[in-house]
Amino acid sequence: MTDQAFHRQQAELLPQRAAPMTQVGVVGWARTNLFSSWLNSILTLVALYIIWVVVSTLIDWAFISSHVSGTDRFACTSEGACWAWLDQRIQQFLYGFYPSEETWRVNLAFVLLFPALAPWLFDNVPGARYLRWFSLAYPIIAAILLAGGLGLTVVGTDKLGGFTLNLTVGLAGIVLSLPIGIVLALGRQSRLPIIRILSIVFIESVRGVPLITLLFVSNIILPIFLPPDVSLNAVIRVIVMVTAFASAYMAEVIRGGLQAIPKGQYEAAQAMGLGYWQMMRLIILPQALKISIPGIVNTFIGLFKDTTLVIIIGLFDILGIANAMVSNPDWLGLSSETYVVVALFFFTVCFSMSRYSIHLERKLDTTNR
Amino acid sequence: MKFTAITGAVAAVAAMWIAGGAAGGAHAATLDDVKAAGEVKCGINTGLPGFAFTDDKGNWTGFDVAYCKALAAAVFGDPGKVKYVNLTGKNRFPALASGEIDVLSRNTTWTFSRDVDLGFTFIGVSYYDGQGFIGRTALGAKSAKELDGASVCIQTGTTTELNLADYFRSNNIKYEPVPIETNEEARKAYEAERCDVYTTDASGLAATKSTFPDAENHMVFPEIVSKEPLGPLVRQGDDQWADIARWTLNALINAEELGLTQANVDKMAVKGNNPEVNRMLGSEGSLGEMLGLSKTWAVAVIKSEGNYSEIFERYLGKDTPLGLARGQNALYKDGGILYAPPMR
Repeated sequence: MTDQAFHRQQAELLPQRAAPMTQVGVVGWARTNLFSSWLNSILTLVALYIIWVVVSTLIDWAFISSHVSGTDRFACTSEGACWAWLDQRIQQFLYGFYPSEETWRVNLAFVLLFPALAPWLFDNVPGARYLRWFSLAYPIIAAILLAGGLGLTVVGTDKLGGFTLNLTVGLAGIVLSLPIGIVLALGRQSRLPIIRILSIVFIESVRGVPLITLLFVSNIILPIFLPPDVSLNAVIRVIVMVTAFASAYMAEVIRGGLQAIPKGQYEAAQAMGLGYWQMMRLIILPQALKISIPGIVNTFIGLFKDTTLVIIIGLFDILGIANAMVSNPDWLGLSSETYVVVALFFFTVCFSMSRYSIHLERKLDTTNR
Repeated sequence: MKFTAITGAVAAVAAMWIAGGAAGGAHAATLDDVKAAGEVKCGINTGLPGFAFTDDKGNWTGFDVAYCKALAAAVFGDPGKVKYVNLTGKNRFPALASGEIDVLSRNTTWTFSRDVDLGFTFIGVSYYDGQGFIGRTALGAKSAKELDGASVCIQTGTTTELNLADYFRSNNIKYEPVPIETNEEARKAYEAERCDVYTTDASGLAATKSTFPDAENHMVFPEIVSKEPLGPLVRQGDDQWADIARWTLNALINAEELGLTQANVDKMAVKGNNPEVNRMLGSEGSLGEMLGLSKTWAVAVIKSEGNYSEIFERYLGKDTPLGLARGQNALYKDGGILYAPPMR
């Protein structure tokens, strides 16, 4: 009889209730991740305080107590950053010593870069077939736009500078070093001794010296050997050296990818009756390159940042322009401000490359997880 | 055996190339090359306050640059015909040796070994500099000799580092070096009080001091601990070109002495009563022809950026942010040591 009390039946299920406020949303996240124990709470508070101090000082320096107008540093009377130079000098930071009435050519070359790159970087680009032809012509179009010819005023490449120079050298290096790197990687694994030895010699000798040394050689040693009336264009010299340097690294990155491909893939391809090039193009390289994407992009980013070394041979990339600016008595001592701006430029490009590589890795991800 | 033969052959060919290249550079008449190129290739700094820097339009300007312009004016009558080649401390000498530039005007100290051993000819002194010290007035020191135990910010790998060691050792005082890579970093380090004293060339100290918001709390000590005669240089072995470079500099200095300025030189070029002026500006005698230049080369030189004093005051002098006094760089008759041989 007494069982009755324990068998009280519920007619319906209780309605679902939302999880307690303290377990979900921002509060819940903070409780589990930031304040889960006394020690964690203290560490969180200390970290928050440090972030607050750094960020607030930075914001105060860069924005609140900064000074933005004026024609020299003496106009900057406040404690914070002095941005007065931006107005006068941003042109030089972007275009170097390029004549100001011709800068539209640089802008046009930059705008045309996007349709030239799009069909190679993304799927579903409308008109991709025609754009690929345009991409092949783009280097010539860009060279004519930047250097002149065909009715455009000729601008010496020593006038090329600022971020334009970083982009030109960086992009040329990136676009050229990938195919050369692939060829070198395949060459190093080739069964033909001459090709293998040449590839190894090139890779090891270029990789064994710092880029600065290569630039020095191109700038100082080459002119001694060449007849006096032959002068190689400085920008071309840099592009050649940067490309050679990046190719050697690229070759090793791709060789890593090639070695990760199981032998069965090679054998299967050969069993299908594919020749060497078909096997590489259809079976091996697509897999090897996919594996190598992080390493390839790593090399690209390194190459892009190495373009600042051109100051060694007297070319003024964005960093060189910044240093030349702070040597002007009117702008002495503003190196912090100029470094911040230069860093922003580089971060934008390098971070974009990094995000794109993640996008690509996700797109090509075929592993079964 | 076979291997050594091949190596030997390669070395021989390389040596011939080097010899051929060097010979080609040294024996060609630089003046003809310059005229054929239509411009003077002038090596300058990649950026040094007062001496070489860019203006807001992106043109190179400064004390060292003004000499390049004067030289171009001497050769072509047009100060614009210069190709500037920006050089670092490391590659300035190879650039001159290889013929990439015709003249180096890049705050270079005239020393025995550079002149004799490196195969260059210094053509004169355009600026007498010397190493000095800047420190906070709060230190209480009135002279560099009272700096016992101080920490000193110093650029590594330069003559300033060696001079510093020499000076403190010979005065028997201790110091703690704070080695730093570049001038700009050294300035920042000093400002952040990582060192008590910062040492570099006196002209650089003036530039540094002018960037401090509290300049009155810093003092440049009176001691100058080294001789740094800065001047342009050319390759050894082409005396005609060296003469042109030398007398362009001398013309600038003599112009100050004779009162010839950018503004009045055209008027003075008409034959007047002063025979020295007449000879220099070409209304009498044939100095220009002796150099292989036009009769009025000196007029063009002075018109490019003015005489020595005008150039100095425009880029380094009292009214500039650097605010350097003429000091040793005044004419000999004004108490300095600037003395150019007569033009006759």
